[in-house]
Amino acid sequence: MTWVPTTADERKEMLDAIGVNSIDELFAAITPELRAKSWNVPEGLSEMAVRDLMAGMAAKNASSLVCFAGGGAYDHFIPAAVDALTSRSEFYTAYTPYQPECSQGTLQSIYEYQSAICRLTGLDFANASLYDGGTAVFEAATMSIRVTGRRRIMCHRSLSPIYRRMLETHAAHLDVEILTGDDPTGAACVIVQNPSFLGSVENFTNLSQRCHDAGALLVMSFYPVSLGLLKTPAEMGVDIAVAEGQPFGVPLGFGGPWLGILATRKEHVRKMPGRIAAMTEDAQGRRGFVLTLQAREQHIRREKAMSNICSNEALCALRALIHLCLLGKEGLQEVARHCHAKAEYLKKKLKFTTLLNKAPTFNEFAVRLPRNAEEVVQAMAAKGFMAGIPLRPLGEGDAGDLLIAVTERRTRQQLDAFAEALEEVSCR
Amino acid sequence: MYPENAKYTRDHEWIRADGDTYVVGITAFAAEQLGDVTYVELPSVGKTVEQGAATAAVESVKAASDVYAPVGGRVCAVNTALDSAPELVNQSPHEEGWFFKLENVDAAQLDGLMDAKAYEAFASASH
Amino acid sequence: MPLIYEKSRKGRRAIVLDALDVPDVEFPAALGRAAAAELPEVGELDVVRHYTNLSRKNFGIDSHFYPLGSCTMKYNPKLAEAVASLAGFSQLHPHLSSSEAYWPLCQGAFELIHDTESLLAEIAGMREASLQPIAGAHGELTGVLLIAAYHKDHGNSQKDTILIPDSAHGTNPASAAIAGFNVVEIPSGADGVIHLDAVKAAMTDRVAGLMMTCPNTHGLFEPEVAKIAAMLHEADALLYYDGANLNAIVGKARPGDLGFDVMHYNLHKTFATPHGMGGPGSGPVGVGERLLPYLPGPRVVKGVNGYVLETPPKSIGRVAQFFGNFMMAVRAYAYMRHLGKEGLPEVAEVAVLNANYVWSRLKDAFEPAFSARFMHECVFTATPQAKKGVRALDIAKALLDLGFHAPTVYFPLTVKESLMIEPTETESKETLDAFCDAMLEIANMIDSNPDALHQAPVTTPVGRLDEVRAARQLNCAC
Repeated sequence: MTWVPTTADERKEMLDAIGVNSIDELFAAITPELRAKSWNVPEGLSEMAVRDLMAGMAAKNASSLVCFAGGGAYDHFIPAAVDALTSRSEFYTAYTPYQPECSQGTLQSIYEYQSAICRLTGLDFANASLYDGGTAVFEAATMSIRVTGRRRIMCHRSLSPIYRRMLETHAAHLDVEILTGDDPTGAACVIVQNPSFLGSVENFTNLSQRCHDAGALLVMSFYPVSLGLLKTPAEMGVDIAVAEGQPFGVPLGFGGPWLGILATRKEHVRKMPGRIAAMTEDAQGRRGFVLTLQAREQHIRREKAMSNICSNEALCALRALIHLCLLGKEGLQEVARHCHAKAEYLKKKLKFTTLLNKAPTFNEFAVRLPRNAEEVVQAMAAKGFMAGIPLRPLGEGDAGDLLIAVTERRTRQQLDAFAEALEEVSCR
Repeated sequence: MYPENAKYTRDHEWIRADGDTYVVGITAFAAEQLGDVTYVELPSVGKTVEQGAATAAVESVKAASDVYAPVGGRVCAVNTALDSAPELVNQSPHEEGWFFKLENVDAAQLDGLMDAKAYEAFASASH
Repeated sequence: MPLIYEKSRKGRRAIVLDALDVPDVEFPAALGRAAAAELPEVGELDVVRHYTNLSRKNFGIDSHFYPLGSCTMKYNPKLAEAVASLAGFSQLHPHLSSSEAYWPLCQGAFELIHDTESLLAEIAGMREASLQPIAGAHGELTGVLLIAAYHKDHGNSQKDTILIPDSAHGTNPASAAIAGFNVVEIPSGADGVIHLDAVKAAMTDRVAGLMMTCPNTHGLFEPEVAKIAAMLHEADALLYYDGANLNAIVGKARPGDLGFDVMHYNLHKTFATPHGMGGPGSGPVGVGERLLPYLPGPRVVKGVNGYVLETPPKSIGRVAQFFGNFMMAVRAYAYMRHLGKEGLPEVAEVAVLNANYVWSRLKDAFEPAFSARFMHECVFTATPQAKKGVRALDIAKALLDLGFHAPTVYFPLTVKESLMIEPTETESKETLDAFCDAMLEIANMIDSNPDALHQAPVTTPVGRLDEVRAARQLNCAC
């Protein structure tokens, strides 16, 4: 039950070299009164037993339902090469690239990831990744405060209620006012989400103009796959764009690890949190990559740092990058087009519900069912579907309201079967 | 080795009269400690600062430091050359690498600062 | 090596979807982007070869000894990867937790969360733990938010200051500041530890808490920790445990027993989850009695008919969208269950043995930064070598040429020219000997051929890179 290779003879030899008689002598600084007072830990299990135990746990989870749930986490197709490449242990067992000469794989991949995010959003700079889409909203809010010197954050109605709650939790003891609405007067930023939590797509160009006239920034949380079709944050005048990067090649994994994306305009780069890789050269003129602008970060600037972030989600950023490379310029458009067309097809099939979106949608929309949504999803699960997210438990709607997402993975046959089952279950 | 016509702070800024205004920078010692300067954040012109207020910031690859106002006053000019050539701070810390100019200063506050000789002793003790 | 973008050829594809099987619909042009994102146009083999070759330019634990002090780069067991690949975990949608109607469908995930949190709490002598924080620094921020919530609830509105030793990781002061606290630094003694007198000198009624790493980043156990805890509690201030170095004491001492009120665990350090080039990490937070009501919610609790979610009465709210980096908890749980009651203490025993063995072999050639007995990492100062013109950075680069990742250098900030070596328990004696031989060879070269050390590394894909140019010219995307 161990991954410790040291034999008893070797231990003896090493203790002799150190000049002590026992390992316990090495722990003399932990005096008896400081030792563990309880150790109620189960006996170790063999590898075989652990695998059985955990396969048993995994089997109790309904991971094979046909998925119509989104709400920030989407069931997109992940090509096999994403798993194959990111499971190379030169990537996943490496640490932070503190020694650039032996971390060029990491650093070049971060540079390529940053480039992909810039090309996707139209913005000038992206960092090497943040924790997730929710903490990225908080980081964008504090970044806006640093840029503007103002302490009011305006949350637009489109913002995910989960992100909003995370923002409130993280900022609870800062001298910051968090309000609902889109009035930029006196605000550090207005935070919008596009598509909205309920799936509606808007053009925020006018709002960005109003923000800039009032000296505020416009922060946008975007759905990365939607940028295969949608107007980019840069085209709408957004100053800081953030996203949950899970839809780019990262498994659902019951919530993490996922990927926080953050990109911004050139003029704000020094207020940006997180690591950044940059291209440079060695003495022989060979191209290489290093972490740069580290003087913004906690290990140098300590309490004056732009953020406390240290670990990021580099491996998930690599997944996203490889996924985007495999899709390519046309592939991303194709995936986005399929998501949209399939969602529109399903919408038409759900005439027995009331569509709650007033604006166009991308791949997610909200409906009001003629029956309690929680009862409906339970019955739908019995038919093999994860039918969506009931909105009332999230504080976002009435008892019959359901949020439905469609990805490129759903076939016409699944859409037809889903619509039929949903009608049967809701209207029975 | 430090210019006699300036006064010095314990945070390694220098300040000297320049007509009706006072010009501020960081000392050769501070520039050497920081290493190659990569970026200087300058205040906005018109800003009023108290003595000792963090007024500018300077970054190198491995370090970052605030630059404090040696005396209170109003920022009346900044060295925009540093935006594109932060290396001036290393190359010419007491001349071309200046940071900002102050007006409306309380000259009495200068009396509390070190002269060149005192600063030289202070800096060599900081090694 | 070219960038993937430089391999792009117009019209080349890797992944092509099936033909659209529903009617195509035009997306409203007014809401659409003007031009497609310029992603690379490459074939699957282009991508596979590119990233396979890039991976070869990295040192990882599977290929190299990685004695990065305080980072605890131990072996990441393949067992953990195997259980993490179970579809029942990896393909589970987290919004199954958002409606009670779905809870029966994710009982296995709830069980895993519940059991991992319970085990972590027992291991550290905490009352309960929460998996929500996504990384170590996020755990710190959550912990400090818990301290803030406690004081707010107790009417201690004047408590706006957190004390932090000068040897702490930079994340500690940064987390305290991001949470809204002022930071006051506590100086370490010349012996490398924090003394009661130094804390006493900084104590005021504004002190909300103290953040401590134990063993600290000098590799030393803090001998006065219990007294410091008592003094803080006397003043209704709380003690935070930075779990970065928990590896050294797991099974030997428990932060809760030592008087700590709140802590974070680094699953990617003590519990062997892989760190993936800088992340993901996972930073669960543990709390004692005082902070129990404020834990992040919702929490998985055992109900009559299975696991359910509840939010503690005075919860600070959500710090993650769901349950933090759940897939990291899956790996850590497998690790803990495999090692178990006897295996976990052996982690600390051999980690400390290995660090002291390295110390014993290097102590005559390099100057130990402190005279006390090191725990899981040994810290040297290369000041004598620097006087001969060879700095800690040169030693680090020379090690790369000899096939080892470098130790942590220039941290902690309290030690000039520091070399911080943490071998961890999973390295064999042969590896430690080979590393020590390399260090001794470098020590000889400092006298015989210092210039060669300034040129190092020469065997890596690139030599020392121009970081000044990188920062001044700032090319961060193409």
